[in-house]
Amino acid sequence: MKPEAYSERKIELNGWQIRLTSYKLGEQFHCTADNVSPGAWLARARGANRREAEQQALDKARKLLARAHRQAS
Amino acid sequence: MSNYAKPEALVSTDWVEAHAGDPSVRVVEIDVNTAAYDEGHIPGAIAWAWNSQLCDTVRRDILSPSAFEQLMMDSGIGNNTTVVLYGDNNNWFAAWAFWQMKIYGHKDVRLMNGGRKKWIAEARDLSSVTPKTTKTQYKAAQADLSLRAFLPQAQEASARSTAALVDVRSPQEFSGEILSPPGLPETCQRGGHIPTARNIPWGMACNDDGTFKSYDDLKRLYGSEGIDGSKPVVAYCRIGERSSHTWFVLKYLLGFQDVTNYDGSWTEWGNLVGAPVERGGTPAAKAA
Repeated sequence: MKPEAYSERKIELNGWQIRLTSYKLGEQFHCTADNVSPGAWLARARGANRREAEQQALDKARKLLARAHRQAS
Repeated sequence: MSNYAKPEALVSTDWVEAHAGDPSVRVVEIDVNTAAYDEGHIPGAIAWAWNSQLCDTVRRDILSPSAFEQLMMDSGIGNNTTVVLYGDNNNWFAAWAFWQMKIYGHKDVRLMNGGRKKWIAEARDLSSVTPKTTKTQYKAAQADLSLRAFLPQAQEASARSTAALVDVRSPQEFSGEILSPPGLPETCQRGGHIPTARNIPWGMACNDDGTFKSYDDLKRLYGSEGIDGSKPVVAYCRIGERSSHTWFVLKYLLGFQDVTNYDGSWTEWGNLVGAPVERGGTPAAKAA
């Protein structure tokens, strides 16, 4: 199988920058959310279309990011 | 790739595709997200899990010589096999595997420039088939500890400037604003960095497509922070994997002679009772 329709975009989620990478493989879209800096993987999801895959990845990422906090300076 | 000090340590996606059926080549995927391989991988590639197959799972350490030999034999890798490593996050953990393979003396190991991201972005074939491997014989060399820094060396580098310390974490981790990358577990008691360290985040060595920046750009990047190969360099991050990426850049792409990866990194230093810690950023960190 060849991946198709590769796409990357950055958004802000809970005050953190997030990168969404998605592409179509077979009949499904795959999406990965990472935290841009340093680029560590946060969540992975599949969906029937890009929007659905991205939304599921974002939902998972949101839960993880809710636990991240900034230290008092 | 010809400007790099050791261009033979890198292969292109074209090269990997052209050598898909070459029995002398073994392609291995190592991802931060160990489920990525199952989604689809380079046809013929096997996978190693960084958190169970590339470390000692009882004590905190890299693989023992015997465990390394076993992994090679189980993977169908002989001492003369050309091993090509690739993975997600611009070869984050592929570089970690590369570093360990060099510690145990594997002669021909290479990274696929751009990693998994570039392969997929170029719409190249992905397979869901896990290939069968034929068990080999493998003899690891005595561990080359000139590639690895332990706590005493990091302490000496900081206290006596015997080596340049390069902290490759994000500026927010370096400054102490956060204890770990967003979304990952906080596994240290204090935030900040080792005194005298310069902050050059690992990802600054990469282009947007995941490939490494050119020799000239890399020389400029590290040189602007005083990292020019004139003195030994100790790279560190949180657990030693991001810094193995920078270790690869400094040793194989820029050709610096004396570069070590301090894999104890911040999760060791930031948990030490009484260890000196600096907080706040540097010009490089603020600009990143």
